[in-house]
Amino acid sequence: MNIGLGLPTTTAGVSGELLIDWAKRADAGPFTSVGVLDRIAYQNYEPFTALAAAAAVTRRVRLATMIVIAPLRNTAILAKQAASLDAISAGRLTLGLAVGARGEDYEVAQVESRGRGRRFAEQLETIRDIWEEGKIGPTPSGTGPRLLVGGSSGEALARMARYSDGYMHGGGPPRAFGGAVAKALAAWSDLGRPGRPVLWGMGYFALGDGTAEPGAEYLRHYYAFTGSFADKIAAGNLTSPGAIADFIRGYEDAGCDELVLFPTVCRLDQVDRLAEVIH
Amino acid sequence: MRYAVIGGGPAGLYFALLAKKANPADEVLVVERNPPNATFGWGVVFSEETLGALRDADYETYTEIGESFARWNAIDIYYRDTKIRSRGHVFTGISRKVLLNILQRRCQALGVRVEFEREIRDLREVEGADLVIGADGINGLVRRAYAEAFKPQIAVHPTKYVWFGGDLPLDAFTFIFRRNDDGLFQVHAYPFDAHTCTFIVECPEDAWRRAGLESASEAESIAYCETLFQPELRGRRLMSNRSLWINFATLRQESWHHGNIVLLGDAAHTAHFSIGSGTKLAMEDSIALVDALRRRQDLDAAVNDYEMERQPVVERFQEAALESSSYFEHVARYAHFDPRQFAFNLLTRSRRITYINLTQRDPELVRTVDAWFAATAQGSPDGALRLSPPPMFAPFRIGDVTLPNRVAIAAGADLETAARTGAGLIITDFVSVTEDGRITPETPVFDRARQHAMRGAVERVHQAGSQLALQLGHAGRRGSMRPRSQGVDRPLKQGGWRLIAASPIAFTPHAALPREMTRRDMTHIATVFAAAARAAAGCGFDAVELNFAHGYLLAGFISPLTNRRTDDYGGLLENRMRFPLEVLDAVRETWERPLLVRISASDWMPGGLELDEAVGVAALLKAHGCDLVHPVMGQTVWESRPDYRRLFGVPASDRIRNEAGIPTLASGNITTADDVNTILAAGRADLCRLDLP
Repeated sequence: MNIGLGLPTTTAGVSGELLIDWAKRADAGPFTSVGVLDRIAYQNYEPFTALAAAAAVTRRVRLATMIVIAPLRNTAILAKQAASLDAISAGRLTLGLAVGARGEDYEVAQVESRGRGRRFAEQLETIRDIWEEGKIGPTPSGTGPRLLVGGSSGEALARMARYSDGYMHGGGPPRAFGGAVAKALAAWSDLGRPGRPVLWGMGYFALGDGTAEPGAEYLRHYYAFTGSFADKIAAGNLTSPGAIADFIRGYEDAGCDELVLFPTVCRLDQVDRLAEVIH
Repeated sequence: MRYAVIGGGPAGLYFALLAKKANPADEVLVVERNPPNATFGWGVVFSEETLGALRDADYETYTEIGESFARWNAIDIYYRDTKIRSRGHVFTGISRKVLLNILQRRCQALGVRVEFEREIRDLREVEGADLVIGADGINGLVRRAYAEAFKPQIAVHPTKYVWFGGDLPLDAFTFIFRRNDDGLFQVHAYPFDAHTCTFIVECPEDAWRRAGLESASEAESIAYCETLFQPELRGRRLMSNRSLWINFATLRQESWHHGNIVLLGDAAHTAHFSIGSGTKLAMEDSIALVDALRRRQDLDAAVNDYEMERQPVVERFQEAALESSSYFEHVARYAHFDPRQFAFNLLTRSRRITYINLTQRDPELVRTVDAWFAATAQGSPDGALRLSPPPMFAPFRIGDVTLPNRVAIAAGADLETAARTGAGLIITDFVSVTEDGRITPETPVFDRARQHAMRGAVERVHQAGSQLALQLGHAGRRGSMRPRSQGVDRPLKQGGWRLIAASPIAFTPHAALPREMTRRDMTHIATVFAAAARAAAGCGFDAVELNFAHGYLLAGFISPLTNRRTDDYGGLLENRMRFPLEVLDAVRETWERPLLVRISASDWMPGGLELDEAVGVAALLKAHGCDLVHPVMGQTVWESRPDYRRLFGVPASDRIRNEAGIPTLASGNITTADDVNTILAAGRADLCRLDLP
């Protein structure tokens, strides 16, 4: 199982400089990817912009959107952004797409949230065609960026199995990941897709003295829209090397191919602390 | 710390005494609207596991409870004129009244203030408390006062049931099934001391009306049930205690806490009585909440911890309880089962007990079921051998073909690899009856070259000991797609072909529009299906499976979502089935060996075909000579709402097999031998399609 590192694009008070240093350090470390999250109505960096910056200062790591809320974006422009980032990074993009979970993001983007699943399915049906036709360049090599789909509903899993290369899970304990994976594999096989889906998971961490509380505080804020569930997510933050090791083992056992751990405090020492744990 | 507990049932009292014991300086108040000795319901059941938790939480009450307990390890099933006893299930039961008295005394000894006969009508009456504990049941004030925060979902079950007591000494958890002119009635009875048992009677609502129980008094209800269950009651009496016929309601709530209020037991969640876990879950809630309060300084953190610990546990029980209640709601479906199979099906109803679990609990019963299953499979039910293979390895006879075992495998690209799995039946990939009926350019067409190549494959599969079914289909509107290695249902941009379908509706927003089939097209398609079946005989195939599923050509006729025809082939089910049945008839005329039909048993889409109608589809297929139905799910329309849970196709197989009375092949996320044995022994299918990784 590969281990990636999240970029702190959603934690408060991150400077552009810190973000770029973070990416550089991740590339120099044991990580195989850097990941970003997507919100609109939130104090965070736009995912493609952040990954383009990361692309410029990295040579090795894959660049992953985990996920980008596709229905908020025009499909042609989304396809073009992804193709551009893939070209700039010499084919290092893993494009994770989903419908997202916050109504607020749809409101501020002035996009109807009703019917978003169906529109997302149409986007998935089109996006590879756009890449292949070459009308909207830069034309990617092969079949385009690696495309993954997230979401937990049956519809989401069917879209994943129909159109993408694999599944991007939204976080939670290893057992939740395992349960989602079993359904993802069932969808893949039920739809008659040959081979198996690539499986990506994610988690949150905070390492070092005095980081647990601000880490939990950030998660409660980021997930405030889930109501009381935010407390549960905050309680699941990995705040010790032992907890991270258990989490990694659990995900590996559940068949995860790439696990990306996201910071909950934006101190640069988090990169080295995590690197130490996974070494 | 000051706690106010609303509701003096087991959850409330147990919380109160544990909290007071943990910190005697705390003030704990319990408010109960009834007097101390008024209790409704009769006995309470616990598992060994729960007893362990009660022992660790408070040894004093545990000892007292232990002294008053009835213990037993058997389940008796009275069905038709037989009684089957299954052993190895450890239960303990106690009178609810005795349990409450023990808890009340312990509360008193520890200094908990209990106020009986006081009804809280407004939560402001307890606003001085640091934490308010709602333990006042599903209809309680606390839960209803903050419904907006708790976000309840209440599902009311369709059957009627009533709690009685019985002065009947039982030594087993007892299920009785009895049919009379009014309908099928069942009893769930369990002892709680040496003389008395809880005696719950359950029946479908229509039986309840026919029996006149809707307007019956308590005494009349008792008289009716005493007469009905006279053989088992052996002259003993039923007793009432506010015994009214009601419908069970399953309560789920998104959250169990809000501000300084937290819910326990039935106020937080309910699970159908047929798995007997209400009090157990309630008292475990109390233990978890007190533990969390001891662990965490912060009240918010503590109630959150409590909820995080308990919600997954309760959800698992609720899942099992729903499976169990659904079994009892539809039990008439199994009324033709052999008693051994009936018992196995009943014991594995909640899906928590599988073939392997039951073997550990009661090896003798499972041996009996295996022996009966194997002997029946051989055609000689009386010749049962004590040593028999598990159901998965019993042969299956279908027409002139005998499968060596009950496992079917989807062949994939390589038939011989599939044969080497040892599966009894190999089903080929979709093979198209015409060039234009292909799904993708890679879909095989059953032409001369293909027939020649397959003749050799059939021989090699036979040498490996398996039997081979040819899956024939026509893609209809789902054709002209790219190879599935590039994705599924992605329309071909170049080199596509013209499509036909029941109605001109494209499968995806960018897929080609099919042409509506004419009568002439139909005659042609039926002819090519028949010709393909004839050729299949020449190749030596053992069975033919017609694909009437997954939105392909024939499925397109069956589903109301994709059939908008106004001629004889659209409209009511009978019309929508007309063309598929014409194809079936044409094939049946030329193909004498086993004929399977694959159908989508649900479109997984509002307005689409659902399971009820699929039973009707299966009955029509049966009447037209289909030997076995292979129900799959969905894929009728592009944006359906699938549910890929474990064993997702088994409920459809169960209903079709036991309501339409035709053998079935179950599929859908079946991945272990244990699943296969459980499904077969319980009579939910005759064959299982195993998904091997």
